[in-house]
Amino acid sequence: MFDLFVISKRLHPLKNDRVASAPNAATKAPLDLTVDDVSVRYGTRDGYVDALAHVNLTMKPGDFVVAIGASGCGKTTLLSVLAGFLPATEGQVLLGGNPIDGPGADRGVVFQKHALMPWLDVIDNVAFGLKLRGQTKSERHAIAREKLALVGLQGFENKMIYELSGGMQQRVGIARALACDPSVLLMDEPLGALDALTRETVQELILDVWHRTGKTIFFITHSVEEALFLATRLVVMTPRPGKIEKTYDLEFGRRFIGSRNAREVKSHPDFIKMREVVLADVQRREAGETLVQAP
Amino acid sequence: MADPTMPSTQPEPTRSKKTSRYRVIGEGSSLAINAVSIAALLLLWWIATHAGCIKPLFLPKPEAIWIAFKQAVNGDLDNHTLLVHFLWSMYRVFAAFALAVVIGIPIGIAMGVSRIARGIFDPPIEFYRPLPPLAYLPLMIIWFGIGESSKIILLFLAIFAPVALAARAGVRSVSQEQIQAALSMGANRWQVVKNVILPGALPEILVGLRIGMGVGWTTLVAAEMVAADAGLGKMVFNASNFLRTDVVILGILAIGVVAYLFEILMRWIERRAVPWKGKA
Repeated sequence: MFDLFVISKRLHPLKNDRVASAPNAATKAPLDLTVDDVSVRYGTRDGYVDALAHVNLTMKPGDFVVAIGASGCGKTTLLSVLAGFLPATEGQVLLGGNPIDGPGADRGVVFQKHALMPWLDVIDNVAFGLKLRGQTKSERHAIAREKLALVGLQGFENKMIYELSGGMQQRVGIARALACDPSVLLMDEPLGALDALTRETVQELILDVWHRTGKTIFFITHSVEEALFLATRLVVMTPRPGKIEKTYDLEFGRRFIGSRNAREVKSHPDFIKMREVVLADVQRREAGETLVQAP
Repeated sequence: MADPTMPSTQPEPTRSKKTSRYRVIGEGSSLAINAVSIAALLLLWWIATHAGCIKPLFLPKPEAIWIAFKQAVNGDLDNHTLLVHFLWSMYRVFAAFALAVVIGIPIGIAMGVSRIARGIFDPPIEFYRPLPPLAYLPLMIIWFGIGESSKIILLFLAIFAPVALAARAGVRSVSQEQIQAALSMGANRWQVVKNVILPGALPEILVGLRIGMGVGWTTLVAAEMVAADAGLGKMVFNASNFLRTDVVILGILAIGVVAYLFEILMRWIERRAVPWKGKA
C-alpha cells in the first residue's frame, strides 16, 4: 500500500513491483551471487529502452568485480537489480541459489552520495541496520565500533555526519554496510565525489577491508585506473542495449595487498599496458556510440 | 593580539569573532536592527499621536494603551481580568495546536507515503484550506454548539491543514537513497517510515508547525466571536463594539507578543532538534 518506490515504479511500469523482503538474519556462510540472463526494460514516452540485455555474471565469494563503461551502459541498473531496488524484466538474480526478492540485509549497499542519516551520529549510523534487527544498544555499538575501526574511524563515534569530510562520510557508509555482515557489498561509484588524493586513500582502504573481511564486492566506477587497481574481475559494459562486452581477470589489487605500495602497482608496466587496453575498449565504445547516434 | 614574546603560539580563537569565515548572504544576527526597528515604530506612533494629526478614536496615544492595560489587569474593563482572557485563549489555541500535531502529522506522513491516504485526504484538505474561517464558523456552531468544542475545532481546522501539508512535503524531501539504504539493511516499510521518513521529514514538519500556529493566532478572534465568555479575541471583539480603540490595540499587542514569543520558542526547538538542517 505504500508507494515509497515511486522512482523505480515510474522507470519500470512493465512489471509489478515486488514486495520488499522481510529483514532476514545475516548469512554468515559465503554465497555465490549469480546474474542469470537478466534483462531490464524501461518504458519511455516513445516505446522502451533496453537498459540491460541478457546479462550473465557469477560472483564467487571473495571476488572483487568492478563494472566500468560509458554513461547509460546499465552499470547502475545492474547494481539496482542486484540490490533488489529494481526488478528484472526477464531473468533473475540468485544469491546462494535462491532468487532474490527485493532488497535485503544480505546485500549491503554503499551509495555514491553517502545516504547516511544526518540526524544520527556516526556510531548510530553504523549501527542502524542492527537496530532494525532489534539488537540491544551495547551489542550493536560493539559491532559498530569494530567496523569503524576497520575503516580507520576510531574516535569519531559521536561526531555528526555533517562534521565529517566527504571521504570520512563514505567510510562511515562502508562501515554501515559491513555492520549488517552481508554476503555481498554493492558499491555504486562510492568514490566518484571525492578528490583525487582522498580517492586513492579510500581505494586502498577498500582493498584492505575486502582482504580482511573476504566479502564479495560489486563495484561501479568511471575511472579505468581505479577499476584496474581494485578488481579481481573487470567487467566492461556497453550501452544500447546495456550488456557485458568484455571481462578481464586481474590481480593488481592482490599485488597491493602483498606489497602495500600503490604507486609501485600503478606504475608497473603490466598495469600501464592493461590501462591502455581497457581505455581503448571504453573509448572505442564511446566513439562507436557517437557514430551510431549521428544522423 | 598575539604575545610577541611567544611568537609560536597561535592566538586563541574567540567565540565572538568569526575571522575564518566568508560572509554568507543574509548571515549574522539581526537583533540590534530588530530593536531599532521596533523603537522607530513606537517613536513614530508617539509623535503622530502627540502632534495631534490622528484622533484618539483612530489611534490612541501609547500612554492610553498603558492605562487600558492596567484597567484590563485589574478587571475593570469587563467581568474578567486580562490574565483570565489570556489563559482562556491560550487554552483554546494550544488545545487546537496539540490536536493538530497529534492528528495532522500522522495524516501528512500517510499522505506522503501512501497513494491511498493521499487520495482520501487531499481533496477535502485542499478544498477547505483556502476558505476563510469566518465562512465556515456558522457551520461549526450549528454542528458543535456554542461551547468550547466549536471554538477549538475551528482553530484546529486552521492549524491542521498547514501541518499536514508540511508533513507530506517533508516525506518528499527524504532522499530515495536514504530509503534504499534502510531497505538494503533489512528494514520493512514500517521501519522505513519510523526510522527514515519521520526524522527526515522533521525539519519541514517543524516549519509546518510554525506556519500552522501563525494561522491559529489569526483565527483566534473569529473563534471567540460567538458566545465566548472570556478570551483575548473576545476582548478585542467586544471593545470594537464600544469603539474602545485602546483596548483593541491592547488585545492586538497581547496576541502579537504571545505569537512572537511562541515563534522564538519554535525556532529554538528547531535549532536543537534539527541541527543538520541545510547541512546534509
